[in-house]
Amino acid sequence: MNITPHLPALQVVVPILSAPIVLLLRPKGMAWAMTTVTSLMAFCIAIAIVSGVQQGQVFNYLMGSWSAPYGIELSIDSFSAIILLVVTGASALVLIGARRSIDAQIESHRQPFFYAAWLLVLSGLAGIVVTGDAFNIFVFMEISSLASYVLIAGGPDRRALPAVFKYLIMGTIGATFYLIGIGLIYIMTGTLNLADMEVRIHEVADQSPVLLAAGFITIGLALKAAVFPLHLWLPNAYTYAPHVVTAFLAACATKVALYVLIRFDFFVFQQNLSGHDLQFSYFMIPLALLAALVASSMALFERNLKCLLAYSSVAQIGYIVLGASLVTVAGLTASIVHIFNHALAKGALFLAVACLAIRLSSTQLTDIAGVARRMPWTMAAFVLAGLSLIGVPGTAGFISKWYLITAVLAKGAWGIALVFIIVISSLLAVVYIWKVIEQAYFREPQQANGAVREAPLELLAVTWVAVLANIYFGFYPAIPVSLSSAAAELLLGQMPQ
Amino acid sequence: MLEILGYYNYWVFALVLMIGFYAVVARGNLIKKLLGLSMLQSAVFLMYITLSKVEGATAPILQKGVEDQIYSNPLPQVLILTAIVVGVSTTALGLAIVVRIKEAYGTIEEQDILKASGP
Repeated sequence: MNITPHLPALQVVVPILSAPIVLLLRPKGMAWAMTTVTSLMAFCIAIAIVSGVQQGQVFNYLMGSWSAPYGIELSIDSFSAIILLVVTGASALVLIGARRSIDAQIESHRQPFFYAAWLLVLSGLAGIVVTGDAFNIFVFMEISSLASYVLIAGGPDRRALPAVFKYLIMGTIGATFYLIGIGLIYIMTGTLNLADMEVRIHEVADQSPVLLAAGFITIGLALKAAVFPLHLWLPNAYTYAPHVVTAFLAACATKVALYVLIRFDFFVFQQNLSGHDLQFSYFMIPLALLAALVASSMALFERNLKCLLAYSSVAQIGYIVLGASLVTVAGLTASIVHIFNHALAKGALFLAVACLAIRLSSTQLTDIAGVARRMPWTMAAFVLAGLSLIGVPGTAGFISKWYLITAVLAKGAWGIALVFIIVISSLLAVVYIWKVIEQAYFREPQQANGAVREAPLELLAVTWVAVLANIYFGFYPAIPVSLSSAAAELLLGQMPQ
Repeated sequence: MLEILGYYNYWVFALVLMIGFYAVVARGNLIKKLLGLSMLQSAVFLMYITLSKVEGATAPILQKGVEDQIYSNPLPQVLILTAIVVGVSTTALGLAIVVRIKEAYGTIEEQDILKASGP
């Protein structure tokens, strides 16, 4: 039997069916093993899909053989492929190293529930990416969100609870807005299939329900994606979540919401609504710039390492939005490459933080003083990943900054002003990463840290895999760049230039 | 005027949506916030049910011997069944979190929790 055509469905089905099985695995370590194996399988499926897409294969899968647009269609192009790679890769990598960190933070009788929720997040995020149906996206979005609330609230820190409650409220409002948006579009077009919607919306474009729908969908998804100033749920949720959960979610949860935002806007609205490209630019560019500046400045004053990195995530989301809101092929390419590269850099940073947290009492900056002498490998990984976040040449972060600045400069005179702001924000990143380095390398260690030793081998190993990936994709960026530029051309393909 | 009143379902949708939204934003009590969230979601259910209604149509059930019958659109009703399930699970999870907040902080007032969390 040839399994290739069924890959899009298997990408979702494998983790979602494993989740209830994991719940039943009571013996210690079994739940972790099963989750990791499932996650690795999902990663292999994603790699198979990516190699298929790179050979020009198109995946269209009719669920239950109901023909589109009546049935649900799964469709994968190069844009979905690169996001799938990020989501499944982050999950597999983090899980391999996560076991001891999770043992330290979550009681063993609650672990099967935790791992089941993890698999549900994975299948929800993968489902959002593979599906070609607007309502299906909503359902998968809520599957992944509800499960991620459980993951975040799973930690021992009680401050996670108010944080997750805020996330639940804001996330649900976002999802409800999205639901209103697709309802309004359904009224006007009578379809939920994105490809079909793209054709049919042309006749009714510029009528008020469609414009209202565009507004609701943009705001709803921006809430989910933590686009400034709708990011308020993000810092506390990331700070107080279990450490490995932060590494997983920071790498992919907001990215998938951004994926839907970009896909919906460029696929359905940009080519059909008149003047939408300008409205989108003028609305999004100021928010993106504010995100880059304000969130980076907030990160400067944070005293908690995880909170600092969370604010930096908000700033980086600003870059991604900035690239997309230029509405050019170069800008979109930059944006999609940055989704990939930021997931690498932030995943590696949060994994390094998980390494630190497993040996130290807290993630406050004052508590990591002098820790580089005790944990040299962890801190070296942190520094390299930090360089990638800043965008130093030779790291993955440089590639996407380079593409972003090239795209912005193509915009002419006011592009130079934008470059200026990007550079300032990058300098702020240098400062807040340096703050951590200074504490870890140049301060005297505290008495309490006397017995601290290097992090467990497997956690350190996956951190270094992530760091080496940052360096590898800094020198050989062919895979993400080719996928992203193909995706950008696809999204902007039918635009009147 | 009559044209505006003719859309009264949509007016109710907008009103309930805003009442729910106001409760979420303005109330400090976590349970009240969740109630507001539920109202917000119910408003959307109302919108979907309204848009499936076809004038002079019956329930979309095929019967022998009945032809030329107009049916209401069943798709939005099916969609909203799914959305109701999502809404119920969100509320349930939210209530579970409120219970744990009560256990950890001894209060479900937002101000008191902020005070207890400290700077």
